[in-house]
Amino acid sequence: MAARGCGGVWRRALQRGPGGSCSASRPRRAVACNARGGAVPVGQSGLAPWVPVVGLEIHAQITSNSKLFSGSQVQFAAPPNSLVSFFDASLPGTLPVLNRRCVEAAVMTGLALNCTINKKSLFDRKHYFYADLPAGYQITQQRVPIAVNGSLSYSLCIDNKMSQMVTKTVRIKQIQLEQDSGKSLHDDARSQTLVDLNRAGVGLMEVVMEPDMCCGEEAAAAVRELQLILQTLGSSQAIMAEGQLRVDANVSVHHPGEPYGVRTEVKNINSIRFLTKAVDYEIQRQIKELENGGTVVNETRAFDSKLGCTVPMRDKEGKQDYRFMPEPNLPPLILYDAKSLPANVNHQQVVNIDWIHERLPDLPSVKRAKLVELYGILPEHSFTLVNEDGLMEFFEDVVKRTQMKPKKVIGWILSDLLSHLKQHSLTANESPISSFLLADLLNLLENGDISSSAAKQVMAIKEGNKKVINKLIGLVRKATRGRANPLLVKQILEKKLSE
Amino acid sequence: MESLGVAAKWRRPGVRCGAGTGREDGRSGVRRRGVGRHAARFSAPAALKEGQITPTELCQRCLALVRSTQFLNAYITVAEETALKQAEESEKRYQRGQPLGELDGIPIAVKDNFNTAGIETTCASNMLKGYISPYNATVVQKLLDQGAVLLGKTNLDEFAMGSGSTDGVFGPVRNPWSYSRQYKEKSIPRSDSEPENSNWVIAGGSSGGSAAAVSAFTCFAALGSDTGGSTRNPAAHCGVVGLKPTYGLISRHGLIPLVNSMDVPGILTRCVDDAAVVLGSLAGHDPKDSTTVQDIFQPFALPTLTDVSKLSIGIPKEYHVPGLSSEILAVWSKAADLFKNAGAKVVEVSLPHTHYSIVCYHVLCTAEVASNMARFDGLEYGHRSDMSKSTESMYAATRREGFSDVVRGRILSGNYFLLKQNYEDYFVKAQKVRRLIANDFVKVFGSGIDILLTPITLSDAIPYVEFIKEDNRTRSTQDDILTQAANMAGLPAVNVPTALSERGLPIGLQFIGRSFQEKQLLTVAKWFEKQVQFPMIQLEEVKKHDDGVLQHQKSASFS
Repeated sequence: MAARGCGGVWRRALQRGPGGSCSASRPRRAVACNARGGAVPVGQSGLAPWVPVVGLEIHAQITSNSKLFSGSQVQFAAPPNSLVSFFDASLPGTLPVLNRRCVEAAVMTGLALNCTINKKSLFDRKHYFYADLPAGYQITQQRVPIAVNGSLSYSLCIDNKMSQMVTKTVRIKQIQLEQDSGKSLHDDARSQTLVDLNRAGVGLMEVVMEPDMCCGEEAAAAVRELQLILQTLGSSQAIMAEGQLRVDANVSVHHPGEPYGVRTEVKNINSIRFLTKAVDYEIQRQIKELENGGTVVNETRAFDSKLGCTVPMRDKEGKQDYRFMPEPNLPPLILYDAKSLPANVNHQQVVNIDWIHERLPDLPSVKRAKLVELYGILPEHSFTLVNEDGLMEFFEDVVKRTQMKPKKVIGWILSDLLSHLKQHSLTANESPISSFLLADLLNLLENGDISSSAAKQVMAIKEGNKKVINKLIGLVRKATRGRANPLLVKQILEKKLSE
Repeated sequence: MESLGVAAKWRRPGVRCGAGTGREDGRSGVRRRGVGRHAARFSAPAALKEGQITPTELCQRCLALVRSTQFLNAYITVAEETALKQAEESEKRYQRGQPLGELDGIPIAVKDNFNTAGIETTCASNMLKGYISPYNATVVQKLLDQGAVLLGKTNLDEFAMGSGSTDGVFGPVRNPWSYSRQYKEKSIPRSDSEPENSNWVIAGGSSGGSAAAVSAFTCFAALGSDTGGSTRNPAAHCGVVGLKPTYGLISRHGLIPLVNSMDVPGILTRCVDDAAVVLGSLAGHDPKDSTTVQDIFQPFALPTLTDVSKLSIGIPKEYHVPGLSSEILAVWSKAADLFKNAGAKVVEVSLPHTHYSIVCYHVLCTAEVASNMARFDGLEYGHRSDMSKSTESMYAATRREGFSDVVRGRILSGNYFLLKQNYEDYFVKAQKVRRLIANDFVKVFGSGIDILLTPITLSDAIPYVEFIKEDNRTRSTQDDILTQAANMAGLPAVNVPTALSERGLPIGLQFIGRSFQEKQLLTVAKWFEKQVQFPMIQLEEVKKHDDGVLQHQKSASFS
């Protein structure tokens, strides 16, 4: 029982020592959670078990040509302060004008996450002084956000076995539209701060997930699913490395039957892998703290990816009172549906929820179901196809061009191609073996022209393993009963393989 | 129409009706004859169109007057060079016979809290001293697009926080009436030892510079801003028309905000018709201001009312506030009688939540001020302190050095009201009360009242030395009491100069109209203006510089 669900994660983490170089190795903790998220007594240590609770706040940068409230362009890695309007620099007298595209992106995302879309939502000002927040406040949706009460289903495998997948659901508390801040670069040597306002005012969707998760792996799986949904919708590119998807994790631990513990917020997590690490580290840190008679402080911590641990963020010390206030320069955001849409209204001026709903693309879950149904592949294989960048398209391209049954094709793709791609951190789009080539190869195999081992060797060569060519020459000589000139065979093979 | 029997009572000796006819050359065709022939004509264009004066000449005369009335401190910045250039452009258009409209070549002034590209915009604050905006406020752009000549930027209370135009870093504005023959004749020097000019009275505020600029004939129209009465109050004290349009009718883009939910660009002119012309050139949806209404605005010419018998004028009893001078009360009731005698229905009405308005205003105003002022951190623009110990200490020093006590006081109280523990008790309650106040007006107008008639100030303008005996907060509380409810409800309201006080100073009355019913409001105001025949200011400086062109047509309805 203890081996189920996240239990395995804890064990691995513990064996490695979650602190990495930050802390000495830790004793085993009586911690576990099962697939349903409940606490599970570990037993052997005799200590009361801990239940970790993880909630997420995710900021997704909206894919749009211009910013949320100004006409400035949105572009990653542009020269500093080259995409700054008067409003973005908060010049006195400038006013926000809401970008319709950002509203549509948020509605789309809300619908995809099964939210109730608020027909009337409001904007608020959240005040704090920071160098990269030129107005001294951020415009956000604190009181009435654009979407509320949704849910996200995600799946993860147990004990790292693809064959044992469980599906879980996390509740979505709300999605709010808000402005991104600029970026500050601190030059400690010269004790100065450089401010880049290119990002200031870019539209964000903040997706607030309820604390329904209990370990890093669950959090990671939920975020990955959200990322796929956003990318499918086109509402955000959701590339974590480029800061288009930023995840803050709220972590606490408590004993079963007791109220939630004091939580910490972990920031600076910029990949899904680090999310798993950061959350698991933080859970372990809190447990250790508490078991040693200490307390968990309500604080903001940053994940240090080099050290693999979380550290308190000094500039976030002290409680902030954000002095929320309604944004007086923006009227309430009114959305319509087919029923409420007023007659003779300019369609450019309004956002129609039903219209957007009808045009939602297939979400990842639907795509997976369709793959299973259409190609007869296993559900867990459909996960891999959809979750890996470009792999589904690759698979479908191959299937289209080969007589081999999809069920067999998937084996080639998942066991041979994917493992190679992963080894070299490549996506399917960057694969050295194109879908055409793989299809040709599989056709030859299917027609009995080549053996399965020959096909594997061709793949190995295409993947960059030149040594295997000798094996192929051997196969040709065998097939021609030694009549072929080995040098010529080699030349021809090399030519063919480099095509 | 011939209710002049009543109106005649308003006339005072020395009223110069249609005074200063032609120029010295004797050409007197400048004046437009025939009352109500063409209501909304701006006063000066006739002379411009007929070539009696060129835009450049007109601009030069105004600039000369700006210089000779410098002691009024009405202007912070005089943009002589660009004004003359604009006048030159205008002149070319007139020569081609293609002026851009009623405002082409008309010298105007703009309160120094509107952004003007290339001309300093200071808000009378150390924080923005030397600040040159890269863009024009929408209203400024609209005026320029119609050929108006921007003479300069007018003085105000720092960030428009005040009711006297006494609390800016460039010093107080002096009310031109302090130097009028009318006032000088009536005022008794307080003692022989006092310098002659210690009796000067305040211009009112916070748009005191704009009101003084129009009152002293340095320009034909000026922009003010009105958050709690900042256009109407100085208009009343300086004897000019001051219009606060409906919230959402005119763009606020480029107006440096005091209270976003109440700020409206205000219009100061010498007569109601001129206010209608300026309104027509400014009103309408602005894609840069999401709070402007989408409806297309049709500029209008004001009809000349001859029959007011279908009008229903409301006299809100709650405006009979403690502290209202008997003189103002008398003028107010005379005005009511004027309407009654002319056949209008004059009804006492109740706006029961008026009493709570000023405290409620205080909470909402300071809260928004606290928020709006947060951007002044010394990083992107404006004053920056030399303090460089840390970013936080730089912020603190910048704001301490850049803002006056008045501004900082409002920021502090606003932040207090917005604290999590206070928000419900203050801000949310104030918003609810605001709704009640707005509903009061809805009910009254729903009951068939067309226009409300109220006083606008508690008394005529008081001497500066008296005014500064009380602090800004006390003064603002007293002075906004009759004006800010219109801002809370977003309604259009206008000051119409009505009479001179015993001391020879202007007294104005306020008309409040229904939302977006500016035409009705101004039509009634114009009728009233005509009845009361408010006297023209008699200023030595104006006489010296004017041979009739500047003040020959105080009001189109006079001609």
